[in-house]
Amino acid sequence: MKRLRALFGTTAVRLSALYLGLFVLCAVALVFYVTAISGNLLRAQTQEAIDAEMRFLSRAYQTGGITRLVRVVERRSRQPGAGLYTITAPNGEIIAGNVASLQPGTLDREGWTALPFRYDRYTENDDTARQHTALAQIVFLPNGMRLLVGRDLGEPELFRNLVRRALVIALAIMGFGALAIWFFVGRRALQRIDRMDQASRKIIAGDLGQRLPVGSSGDEFDRLSESLNAMIGRIEKLNEGLRQVSDNIAHDLKTPLTRLRNRAEMALAASDTVDDYRGAMEDVIGESDQLIRTFNALLMIARVEAGSAAAELQDIDLSEIVTDTVELYEPLAEDAGVTLTTAVAPSISVKGNRELVGQALANLIDNAIKYSSGLPSARIDVRLERLAEGPTITVADNGHGIPADKRAAAVQRFVRLDDSRSRPGTGLGLSLVEAVMHLHRGRLELLDGLPHEEADDLRPGLAVRMLFDG
Amino acid sequence: MKEFMKILLIEDDREASTYLVKAFRESGIAADHAADGDTGFHMASQNIYDVLVIDRMLPKRDGLSIVSELRRLGNETPVLILSALGQVDDRVTGLRAGGDDYLPKPYAFSELHARVEVLARRKVGTRESETSYRVGDLELDRLSHEVRRGGRDITLQPREFRLLEYLMRNAGQVVTRTMLLEHVWDYHFDPQTNVIDVHISRLRSKIEKDFDQPLLRTVRGAGYMIKADS
Repeated sequence: MKRLRALFGTTAVRLSALYLGLFVLCAVALVFYVTAISGNLLRAQTQEAIDAEMRFLSRAYQTGGITRLVRVVERRSRQPGAGLYTITAPNGEIIAGNVASLQPGTLDREGWTALPFRYDRYTENDDTARQHTALAQIVFLPNGMRLLVGRDLGEPELFRNLVRRALVIALAIMGFGALAIWFFVGRRALQRIDRMDQASRKIIAGDLGQRLPVGSSGDEFDRLSESLNAMIGRIEKLNEGLRQVSDNIAHDLKTPLTRLRNRAEMALAASDTVDDYRGAMEDVIGESDQLIRTFNALLMIARVEAGSAAAELQDIDLSEIVTDTVELYEPLAEDAGVTLTTAVAPSISVKGNRELVGQALANLIDNAIKYSSGLPSARIDVRLERLAEGPTITVADNGHGIPADKRAAAVQRFVRLDDSRSRPGTGLGLSLVEAVMHLHRGRLELLDGLPHEEADDLRPGLAVRMLFDG
Repeated sequence: MKEFMKILLIEDDREASTYLVKAFRESGIAADHAADGDTGFHMASQNIYDVLVIDRMLPKRDGLSIVSELRRLGNETPVLILSALGQVDDRVTGLRAGGDDYLPKPYAFSELHARVEVLARRKVGTRESETSYRVGDLELDRLSHEVRRGGRDITLQPREFRLLEYLMRNAGQVVTRTMLLEHVWDYHFDPQTNVIDVHISRLRSKIEKDFDQPLLRTVRGAGYMIKADS
């Protein structure tokens, strides 16, 4: 019962019910129209036949008087058929014809009977009178006698009954057909929706690996399923990223938090002088600052990845950003013993966010300085050029580089390749750059950097490319 | 001037505001406190404060609407907006609403303090319009871009000039590294490494080489300050 109600609740079934209703209405109207037309036609034919008969009888009356009329009527009355004849005496008594009795009052008025009337008639086989209806014309004869010529309406009645029965049968077939189609279409739709519903429930319950079933027909259900699947896929990916981040946060932040706690504890246990305490407190603050930086970087990546900064994209001058940022880091590089060279193509602009691009580039230069300082003849080259793919910022160094197979991993959050563990940093630099490039519809590429001048066999350094769209 | 400085702190976090009021008082700034947006707005409307420090998310009335309403009523008290939302677009919306400065949480008190001092000074608003600055025997001409100390010309790179200009405009006040990055490079991110320190030490070597008296001091745990010994 509940299923049945659900069946009627589906749009397909409701629509087909509506269509069926309209169709039945049209069919009934059509049938009524046809019967009315054919009824009129039959009536007109009947009237014509009666007219012809009346003309013949009046001619007989004119040529042979009442005697001939009675004779002709007697003869015609005996013929089988629908013809109906009556001659009455002035007192109303039937003196000739094949009618046993008439509906009272039928003969009161000359001309066409307004409505079909009832009468009893003798049939050829037996003399028992049977009730019939007929249409007739009545003529008052000069001698007070009256003549009625009519046609039985049995035939049109029969026709009408036939049509009526056909209509009922047709409607019955249509009704059953519609029910069958409902059942088939509605049930099919309902089943597919049920399957989608089940899959959705599993997804809601947390199984994001679940997908909605997609059929092979490519119909609207399949298209809907495909779109929803794509959406779920995106959610799954985001969710996966989120889980990874929270796992990593748990993992990577526990270390500095533990260190923080240990320092505070040690300060309590081992500090004697105010200076000892002060030193310990400063360490604790420094450690907290590092933690805050990590959190900020994480939040920023999340915000950039969510694309919320996209609304603020404006025309920005990349040439100026590169020049400014290089200038910001130039003294730092020099102090670290790194030669910083630049080649900046003039007036290249893109749609973007100056702050984010600046910060991304700052991260790259900062990394390059970090990983090449201390090496002999350390070099960093920063260039802005317009490549075939679009404006490109490249930061190349001749540091230790990253083996090609580990480059993809280096971009992931918190991944700090083994040889960088000992250096300060949040492990989020490249992830942020990638998120920023993603926001700018561009991408991040890690390539071989600058070669080492004195030793060719050494792995070349790292080059990081920010490829902008357009 | 410090003795008379009075600020209003509109912040709903009790613990944070208690700490801040105390810390401001210890550094010579009288701070009133309002714990929700409505109270804060009424107190700020009195127009008796040098600086308003307003948290962005407040009960009853949010920080940004307080700022824009004050501005609409013609109240020009400098406003520093505090927020847990520290991203680029948040800063933009904060400043657009009429804020003068924006500080993302968490922040060091020294950072907040330095910014409040600078804002309060801006209200008095003398140095902005001056064409030359002078600290001790160091002179900076904003029109000709000349810097001289003790009658001797000092050649600075354009960026070094702007760095010194900003320091001298706020002479006697602490400016933090992020403030320098904001005003000299127009970047609002955390520089992470000691980039600013390196620029400062270059500038310092140029203006203090061959001179006995140091002018550009490092304020431990806070930033830098340019000041002549009186």
